[in-house]
Amino acid sequence: MTPEEDIRRRQRNRAAAMALVLGLLVVLFYAISIAKMAAK
Amino acid sequence: MNAIPLTSAATAYPVADWRDFLALTKPRVLSLVVFTGLCGLLAAPVTIHPVLGFTAILCIALGAGAAGALNQWYEADLDAKMARTAKRPLPAGRMAPESALHFGVGLAAFSVLLMGLALNLLAAAILLASILYYVVIYTVWLKRRTPQNIVIGGGAGAFPAMIGWAAATGRVDMLPVLLFVLVFLWTAPHFWALALFIRMDYAAAGVPMLPVVAGLRMTRIQQFLYTVPMAASAVAPWALGLTGMLYGVAAIALTVPFVVLSAQVALSRESDPAAMKPERRLFAYSIVYLFAVFGALVADRWLLA
Repeated sequence: MTPEEDIRRRQRNRAAAMALVLGLLVVLFYAISIAKMAAK
Repeated sequence: MNAIPLTSAATAYPVADWRDFLALTKPRVLSLVVFTGLCGLLAAPVTIHPVLGFTAILCIALGAGAAGALNQWYEADLDAKMARTAKRPLPAGRMAPESALHFGVGLAAFSVLLMGLALNLLAAAILLASILYYVVIYTVWLKRRTPQNIVIGGGAGAFPAMIGWAAATGRVDMLPVLLFVLVFLWTAPHFWALALFIRMDYAAAGVPMLPVVAGLRMTRIQQFLYTVPMAASAVAPWALGLTGMLYGVAAIALTVPFVVLSAQVALSRESDPAAMKPERRLFAYSIVYLFAVFGALVADRWLLA
């Protein structure tokens, strides 16, 4: 693997990790909203 | 087409892997933080919605991870000098310092905001105080200036149980204060036992750890002097009627071996790190001890409730 390919691979992995985190946060914020509404 | 530059913002550094960002949060330390935070939450005399409970623990973990990242950003020069820490992302040159700083500040702000919005302001305020305490008071101010650094740093590790309790109840009572005191005092024998057999690492890095500046004898005495009030604070919740018999029996049964191991360290004259078996036993047992005492607290609350 060339250095350029390695950098691209790292960038892809970081982007995928960030997308996963953002997706999980969307689910979490939705669940928090439901939980807080239920509490009221 | 290749319009995006292939280097990180600080061009001398490679593009950090996501695992490097994870390593910045000190995942092994996080396990203890999450556990004590969870125990504080579960020991509270109220029930909390599981989603909000999960969110509280997530915020505690993210806040502790942020503090760890900022600690590594500030101490990269120290970490490079010690074998135990030289392979971390910053001293190993796998990440730009700016990336670690931005990651730490962003994570800290996010964790405090989420705690405030999803749980309550008191829990968010204590979380913010714990991050600032660890980063500013311990890391920046006192770690390199006083041999009592690890005792002061112990305050940061003592916050999670209190935060968990505050997240569940919206207040701070006597029991979480006693848990704070327990973890605070536990830190001294725990870390000084470790420091006794890796003191050469600290000496090489120029960190004024007690064995380096005051010698082995003084460190052995001091770790025992902290163990005695720690033992009292471990039993105090039961003695004061804040917990049931299950916790009381477990706390006594777990604390007696701790005191014995600590006394063995206090009486030891060994100076060869490779032969320091009492110190290694105390360090290993101290980790099991804290998990077990907090586990007993939750078991007491849930089984005897």
